Amino acid sequence: MNKTWNNKAWFMVLPVLLLVAFSAVIPLMTVVNYSVQDTFGNNQFFWNGVGWFSDVLESDRFWQALGRNLLFSGIILSIEIPLGILIALNMPKKGLGVPVCLVLMALPLLIPWNVVGTIWQVFGRVDIGLLGRTLHSLGINYNYVNNVFDAWMTLIIMDVWHWTSLVVLLCYAGLVSIPEAYYQAAKIDGASRWAVFRYIQLPKMKRVLLIAFLLRFMDSFMIYTEPFVVTGGGPGNSTTFLSIDLVKMAIGQFDLGPAAAMSIIYFLIILLLSWIFYTVMTSSDEQA
Amino acid sequence: MARINLDHIRHAYGEKPKSEADYALKEVHHEWNDGGAYALLGPSGCGKTTLLNIISGLLQPSEGRILFDGKDVTYLSTQQRNIAQVFQFPVIYDTMTVYDNLAFPLRNRGVAEPEVDRRVREILEMIDLSSWAKKTARGLTADQKQKISLGRGLVRNDVNAILFDEPLTVIDPHMKWVLRSQLKKLHRQFGFTMVYVTHDQTEALTFADKVVVMYDGQIVQIGTPAELFEKPSHTFVGYFIGSPGMNVLPASIDGSSIKIGEETLTLDYRPQVAAGAKTELGIRPEFISLSREGMPVSISKVEDIGRQKIVRAEFAGKPIAIVVSEDGEIPAEPRVTFDPAAINIYADSWRVGREG
Ligand SMILES: Nc1ncnc2c1ncn2[C@@H]1O[C@H](COP(=O)(O)OP(=O)(O)OP(=O)(O)O)[C@@H](O)[C@H]1O
Ligand SMILES: [Mg+2]
Repeated sequence: MNKTWNNKAWFMVLPVLLLVAFSAVIPLMTVVNYSVQDTFGNNQFFWNGVGWFSDVLESDRFWQALGRNLLFSGIILSIEIPLGILIALNMPKKGLGVPVCLVLMALPLLIPWNVVGTIWQVFGRVDIGLLGRTLHSLGINYNYVNNVFDAWMTLIIMDVWHWTSLVVLLCYAGLVSIPEAYYQAAKIDGASRWAVFRYIQLPKMKRVLLIAFLLRFMDSFMIYTEPFVVTGGGPGNSTTFLSIDLVKMAIGQFDLGPAAAMSIIYFLIILLLSWIFYTVMTSSDEQA
Repeated sequence: MARINLDHIRHAYGEKPKSEADYALKEVHHEWNDGGAYALLGPSGCGKTTLLNIISGLLQPSEGRILFDGKDVTYLSTQQRNIAQVFQFPVIYDTMTVYDNLAFPLRNRGVAEPEVDRRVREILEMIDLSSWAKKTARGLTADQKQKISLGRGLVRNDVNAILFDEPLTVIDPHMKWVLRSQLKKLHRQFGFTMVYVTHDQTEALTFADKVVVMYDGQIVQIGTPAELFEKPSHTFVGYFIGSPGMNVLPASIDGSSIKIGEETLTLDYRPQVAAGAKTELGIRPEFISLSREGMPVSISKVEDIGRQKIVRAEFAGKPIAIVVSEDGEIPAEPRVTFDPAAINIYADSWRVGREG
C-alpha cells in the first residue's frame, strides 16, 4: 500500500491535544507541583522533595482509609458480580419481557450519585425514612448515624442497588450473543445446567465480566459522593474512604501539599491494581 | 436403535399459523426403519433442520406425534430420547481440550472413565486428530471444528439414532470420502438409525439406502437412488436429482396421445388425469436421442463436460437439455426422439402412474 505522508495532518490533532492538555495534563501537573512544595502562606512556595509523600505513607490515617477502600471494593465486587450474573442468566431472552427488564435494570444507573445518596439518606432515617422506621417497628435497632455496622450495610446495599444493573446489562449482552446452536448441542450432549453455565455461558461472558469487574473496581475504589451524603465519613472515621479523607485534607484543612501527594498515591494505586487485575484476568484467558 | 414414526407431524414457528404458508413443515407422515441409512435431500429452507430438531426433541411439533418403536415420545426431552445430532454449524466447547470435547457427552451420562478413554481414542483416530487431543479447541481451523462436532455425535454407541445436518460441508473431498466410509462402517457395526441431511446429491446417493427428498415443508418422494432417477414422483425431484435435471415440458393429454406444442407423441397407456389439471411431460436428458429422425429441435449451445456433452436446445418453443456421448455427432438438421419407457407424466406437478 502507498501511504501519502503529509505533515500538515498534525494540525488536525492539535485541537484534541490542547483540549487534553487543559482538561487533564495541566491540572495533573498542578497537583504534582503542590505535592513537592511547601508554603507558609503568602503564595510563597519552596521545595519539599518527597517529604509530603513520606508523611502520607507514614500516617495511620492513610493506611486505615486505604484499608476501608479495599474492604468496601472487595465486598461490593463479591456481591455485585455473582448477583449480576445470576440476574442476567434469569432475564428473558425474547418477548415483551426483554424491554421491560432492560428499562427496569437501566433505571438505577440513570440516577445521579448525589441523588442516590440523598434517597438512601432519607430512606434509612429512623425518624422519617421508610426503611429506618420499618426496621425500628420490627424491633431491629438500626441506625446508620451512630452504628458502624449499620452505616457500612447502608453503603453496601446502596451500592449494590445502584450498580448491580451495570453488571447485569454487560453480562446480558454477552449471553444474548450465544448462538442457539450451543444450547441445542448441550442438550444433545446431555449437559447439566451447571455444565451449560461453566462451558458455554461463562466463557462467553468472560470478556464483558472483565470490563464489569474493572469498571466496578475503579468506581467503587473512588467512591465519594454517596458516603459523603449519607454518613459524611462517620460514625467516627468508620466510613472515611480515601476520597473523603482527601477532600477533608485539601478543602477542610487546606493542606494542599499532603493532599496533592495523597491524590498522586491514590491515582497510582488505582492504576496499579487495575493493571494487575487486567493482566491476571487476560492471561488466564490465553492459557485456557 | 429404534424405528421412528412421524405421525402426521406439522410445525409452524409462529404462534398462531393462519395459512398453509405459515407452516415450516406442512405434513410429514413417515416411518424410518430401525437401522436404516437415510439421506435427506432438499433445497435451502425446505424444513430439513426443522424435521431433525423435531425428531431429536429440540423442537416440539405444533401437531402430530413421534413414536420410537411404537412408544410415544412426543413429550420426552432430548436427553430421554437418547439421540445424537451433529449440527449444521459446528459447535465446539472452546475452553475444553479436543479430548474433553469428545468425552463430554459420555461424561455427562456417567460413563466410566476407562470406557470414555477407549471411545474417545477411537474417535480421535477416526477423525484423524489424535495428535491434537491435548490442545484446546479454540483456534482450530473450520474443518477441524467440524470434525470434532461430528466426533461428538459418534462417540456414544448406544443411541437410538444419529442425525447429521450437513456434517461435512467444509471438509476437503478426500477426507470427506474417508469419513463417509467410516460412517458407513460404524453404521454396519452398531446398526443405529441414521438420517443424513445434505445438499450434495452424490453424497446422498452414495451414502444412503433410501433417499428422502423434501420440498417446501413436505416429503415429496422416498426411494432408492434409482427410483428417484427413473420415476421422480414430483417435478421438483426430477429437476433436483440429476445433472442436468429432468426436462419438464407443458403438454396436453388426450387419451394416450400427448401434444407438446405442435408435436404429438403416443404412449402405450392412458394416464388418468383429472380434468383441469396442469399437465406436463418429464423426460431426462439422458433419454433423449439426437439424430436425423424424429421431432425437430434447434440447438443453441453445446457444453463439453468431459465424457459427455450437454446440448442445450429449443424444442416446441421450450428450452431442453440433451445428454450426448462424447463422440456422438450433432447433425446439421437435428431431430430428437424420446425413449417411451422414460417418459413420465405429471398432473399438477405430481407423477401420474401407469397403473392409476
Ligand atoms: N427458529 C426459527 N424461527 C422462525 N422460522 C424459522 C426458524 N428456523 C427455521 N425457520 C424457517 O423454517 C423454514 C425451514 O427452515 P429449516 O432451517 O428447517 O430449513 P433447512 O431445510 O434446514 O434449510 P437449510 O438447507 O438452509 O439449512 C424456513 O423457511 C426458515 O426460514
Ligand atoms: Mg438446515
